[in-house]
Amino acid sequence: MININSFASRHIGPRNDDIAAMLKVVNCQSLGELIEKTVPEHILFTDKLKLKPGMSEDFNKINMQLLSLKNKFKKTYIGLGYHNTITPSVILRNILENPGWYTAYTPYQPEVSQGRLEMLMNFQQLIIDLTGMDIANASLLDESTAAAEAMMMAYKIKKSKQHTFCIQNSCHPQTLSVLKTRANPLGIKIIIGQPDEDTFGCLIQNPDTYGEIENLDKLISDNKSKNIISVVAADIMSMVIMKSPGFYDADIVIGSSQRFGVPMGFGGPHAAFFATKDEFKRLMPGRLIGVSVDRNNKRSYRMALQTREQHIRREKATSNICTAQALLAIIAAAYAIYHGPERLKNIATTINYNARYLKKSLEKLGFKILSRRYFDTLVIEDIKAKDLFNKSVEEGINFRLIDDKTLSLTIDETTTLEDIDNLINFFNTENKTLDAKDIEENLDVIFREDDLLRENKILTHPIFNIYHSETEMMRYLKKLENKDIALNRSMIPLGSCTMKLNAASEMLPITLPGFANAHPFLEKHQREGYNQMMKELISMLKDITGFDAISLQPNAGAQGEFAGLLAIKKYHEANKQGDRNICLIPNSAHGTNPASAQMCGMEVSIVKCDNLGNVDLNHLDEKIKEAGNKLSALMITYPSTHGVFEESISVICEKIHNAGGQVYMDGANLNAMVGIAKPGKFGPDVSHMNLHKTFCIPHGGGGPGMGPIGVKSHLENFLPGHPIVQNELGLTSLDAVSAAPWGSPAILPISYSYISMMGDEGLKLATQVAILNANYIKEKLKKYFPLLYSGKNGMVAHECIIDIRPIKEELNISEEDIAKRLIDYGFHAPTMSFPVPGTLMIEPTESESKEEIDRFCTAMISIHKEIEKVRNGTYDSEDNPIKNSPHTIEEVSSDEWDHKYSRSEAVFPHSYLYNNKYWSPVARIDNVYGDRNLFCVCPPIEEYEDVSNA
Amino acid sequence: MSEKKYTEEHEWVKLEGDTAIVGITNHAQESLGDIVFVDLPAVGKEVKAKEELCVIESVKAASDIYSPLDGEVLEVNENLSNDASIVNQDAENEGWIFKLKVLDIAQVNNLMTLDQYKEFLDK
Repeated sequence: MININSFASRHIGPRNDDIAAMLKVVNCQSLGELIEKTVPEHILFTDKLKLKPGMSEDFNKINMQLLSLKNKFKKTYIGLGYHNTITPSVILRNILENPGWYTAYTPYQPEVSQGRLEMLMNFQQLIIDLTGMDIANASLLDESTAAAEAMMMAYKIKKSKQHTFCIQNSCHPQTLSVLKTRANPLGIKIIIGQPDEDTFGCLIQNPDTYGEIENLDKLISDNKSKNIISVVAADIMSMVIMKSPGFYDADIVIGSSQRFGVPMGFGGPHAAFFATKDEFKRLMPGRLIGVSVDRNNKRSYRMALQTREQHIRREKATSNICTAQALLAIIAAAYAIYHGPERLKNIATTINYNARYLKKSLEKLGFKILSRRYFDTLVIEDIKAKDLFNKSVEEGINFRLIDDKTLSLTIDETTTLEDIDNLINFFNTENKTLDAKDIEENLDVIFREDDLLRENKILTHPIFNIYHSETEMMRYLKKLENKDIALNRSMIPLGSCTMKLNAASEMLPITLPGFANAHPFLEKHQREGYNQMMKELISMLKDITGFDAISLQPNAGAQGEFAGLLAIKKYHEANKQGDRNICLIPNSAHGTNPASAQMCGMEVSIVKCDNLGNVDLNHLDEKIKEAGNKLSALMITYPSTHGVFEESISVICEKIHNAGGQVYMDGANLNAMVGIAKPGKFGPDVSHMNLHKTFCIPHGGGGPGMGPIGVKSHLENFLPGHPIVQNELGLTSLDAVSAAPWGSPAILPISYSYISMMGDEGLKLATQVAILNANYIKEKLKKYFPLLYSGKNGMVAHECIIDIRPIKEELNISEEDIAKRLIDYGFHAPTMSFPVPGTLMIEPTESESKEEIDRFCTAMISIHKEIEKVRNGTYDSEDNPIKNSPHTIEEVSSDEWDHKYSRSEAVFPHSYLYNNKYWSPVARIDNVYGDRNLFCVCPPIEEYEDVSNA
Repeated sequence: MSEKKYTEEHEWVKLEGDTAIVGITNHAQESLGDIVFVDLPAVGKEVKAKEELCVIESVKAASDIYSPLDGEVLEVNENLSNDASIVNQDAENEGWIFKLKVLDIAQVNNLMTLDQYKEFLDK
C-alpha cells in the first residue's frame, strides 16, 4: 500500500485501489507476488535499502535550499571555459522551468516535435553564423568532448594514415586531458606545440586558455600547406565581434555555448557546438536537424543523416554520442533570438571594454599585465600572486591562479561597473588615486588595430530580429511549445527510455543561485553544498546498485559506457593482460554499446539471441572460445532490451569471468530493478545508470543526461579523474572523460531529491508499479497485438514488445503507420523497430496512472479495429486513416476532402478526443526527401512576409 | 560481353574485357528502400575481393559495398552523386556504382550465376 500522504503517492500514477484492480488483470495477489513471478529468484534483493524514509516535498525544498546556501562564493572570475551569464527571465520561466520543453523526448518522431526541432535549427543557424562554417550539429556534450570528437573526425578525414594530433597553443587543461583519454586507446599520440610529420590534425584554442587571441590566419594557413586539419576551439561570445574561424578557413570549429544564457551549474550541463565544412558533413558526429516536406508538401523539420549515428551504424558510427544537450542548446538559441545581433554585440563589446578598462587601471596601479590581444581575460604577473589569490578567496571572489607568480581574471556579461571598481579597489592596496578620464583615453585598441573585427553581419535571419520584446518572445516560445507532445500533454510510452515524471519539486532546486551559479573550479570549501549532496548521492547509488564505487563524471549514458569499458581495459593492462581487446555484445544491444567499444579500441564480436530473445548460451560459449585469451568484456543490458529478466544472467556473468573477461551492464533498464535487485551483487563488474531515465532528470528534448558508472572494488582505481580537481569523491586518476570533474552536477539535485523524497519504500514501490504497469498493458493488448517476448510465467519486466510484422506482411500496415496514427489519438509513439525491426516497444513507467494507460490501450485497440476494417475491406488498403496519418487541421478543414473515409474518422476516431485534441502541426514527413535534399539552416519565413505585406 | 555474376553481399558483376562493372542487385535495392546517398570510392583505389569499398545509404540503413574481386577502381558512376535514386530505379543497369580493373579474371569463377543467386535468395 502506498501512503497517500507521501511523495511516492504523487510520483506513482496508479492509486491503491487501481493497483488492486490491475493486479487482478495480471493474475497476481500482491505486488510482492508480481515481483516473485517476474524476477529470477537468485537475483532478488529481499532486504531493505539503507536509505532513509522518504522526505516530504516541503522538507526537501528546505533541505535543498540549505544545501545550496552551503555553496559560498560571491564573484567568480576564473574563466577556463566557464562564465557567468544572465539567463533572461522570459527564457528561464518559459523554457528551463517549463515542462512543455524539459519533459519532451529526442525528436525521433518529427511530426510531434516541430517546435523543438525549429529551435534546434535556430541553434545550428546561430553556430553557423558565429563560426563562419557551412554546417553545424545540434549539440555535443561539452567543449572538451567536442574537441575529442573533432580529433576523431580529423583522423577519419585523413583516413587514419597519420597518428599524431597536435595541440598548437595553450588549451584548457580539461580539454587536453579528455583528448589524451580518447586518443590513447586508438593509438593516437597527442603532442604539444609544433605539428610533426605524422600529424593529421591540430587544435587551436582561440582565445587560448590564458585569454590571448591567436594568429589564426598564420596557424591555419601553415597547417593547410602541410595538409593538416585545423580544429579551432572557439569562444562563442568573442566570435560575436571577432573575425570568425571560418574566415581563416578552419576545418572544424567547436566550443561551448554555455555563456549564452546557460548557468555554469558547477560544470554542466551545457551544449557544446560543432561546425564544419560541407565536404565533411557525413563524417560529423551528433544529431543534425534538416528541413524536409510533409506529404502535403508543407515545410517541416526532422533529424537528418541519421545513418551516421550509432543507432544505425553501430560500431561504424561517427561517434557513440546519443543523448546530447538539446535543452541547453535550445536555451542558447533562445538567448540569441531574444537579444538579436545588436544587443549581442553590445554585450560582447561591453565585456571587452571592461577588460580593457581594468587592464589599464591595473597597469596604472603598477601591475604587470601580460595580455596583449585579449577579449575578456587578463593575465597578471606578480610575485605576490599566491597571496592575492588567497586574499580574494577569503573575500569570496575567485581568480584563476596559474602559478605562484601568475594569476588571471576573466570578465563576463554579469560584470558591472561596480564590479570593475571593486576589482580595482581589491588590487589598489596602497590607495592610489586613478584618473578615470586618463584611463578611458588610453585604452588598448585591439580589434581595430589588429584587423580582428568581424568580417560580416551575423544573425541576419528574421528569427533573430523579431522577438526582442518579452511579449513577442513569450509568444514565440508558446507557439513552438504548442506544436510538441511532451509529458505535460500525454504519456510517452517509449520503451528503453523511461519517460517518468520529472517532478516540479525535483526541478526547483536546479535554479537556486547556490547550485546554478557555481563555477566548476571553486575552492573546495566554497562548495560544501555540492560536496555534501554528491557524497550522499554517491552513497545512495551505491546502496541501490550494490557497487563499491561510483564515478559521477560521465555526462551521458554513452559516456558511461566509454568510461566503464576504459576501466576494464586499464584493469586488464594493469594485470599484464593488455592483449584482451574483444568485446562481446548481443545483437539486441543499444547501438551505443558497439560504438563505445570501438572508441576504446576494442574489436566487437556479436552474440546471437535465441528464439525467446535471450542470449544464445551455446553461441556465447562459441564466442568465448573463439576470443580465447583476447576476451576483454561482455556488454549486456539487464533486464534485456527485449524487456525480459533473463534467468541465465548470473550464468552468463560466470562464463565471462571464468574466461578472464569482465561484464559491463548497460543500465538503461535499471528502473526495473531499484530496490528489488542489485546489479553489483549478481555478476556485473561495472554499469552505468542513466540518471535521466531511472532517476528523474528530464529528457529535455534530447538531453541533458547523466551516466554515472558504478564499479566493483577491483575497478575503482581505473575510474576517470580530472587534471584540475583531484582526490575528491571518486576522482582518482588524471584522465578525464568529461570536461567537468563531476559531469553535469547542476542536474544532480533532481536525482538526489527524487531518492530523498521516495525513500527506500517509495523506490521499491516505484519499481513494482513500473513492472505492474507494463504487465497490465501486455495483458490488455495481447489479444490484439502479439507479444514478442516474455520471461518466466509469461511475465515481462518494465516494458513489452508487440510484433507488427504479421500485420505488415498481410496488410502492408507497418509499425511506423501505427506510430503515426497514434499521433491522431494524441500520443507519442512507443519505440519503433528497436531492438527488433517491425515492432513497437512500450514502457509506461510507474508514473502513468491507470486512466492514462487505459486511454493508451483504448487508442491501440481502436487502431486495431481500424486495421480490421482494412482487412475486411471496409477501408481501402491504401487510402485509409492509418496510412494517411497523422492528419492536420488544414487537411480536415479544407473544402476538398476526397479520401475514402470521413473527416471525423480521420481526426476524432475516439470520443475522448473531443475533450482533449492534439493537432499535429504537419502531416507525415518525407524522410527520403530530407536526406536527398539536405538543407540544415533556417529556411525563409514566408508567413511574416505575408502579414507585413497585407 | 559475359553473363552477370552475383555475390553473397548482393552485388552484381559484369565483365567487359578485364573491366568489371559492379552494382547492387535489384533485391538489395528493394530491401534497402529509398536510397539517399552513395558514398562513391576514390578512383585509383586498389582493393582485394571482399574488402569494404564504399557505403550505400537509405534513410534508415547504411550498407557496406564490398569489392567482388581484386582490382583497382577505374571509374565511378558520378550520376549517383547527384541522384542516388537511380539505384532504386535501375539497380542493374544505369545504377552501376563502380568499374574495376580486374587483376585475376579467374576470381570471377568464385561468384554465383543468376540461378545460383536466386537459389541463395530462396534460402
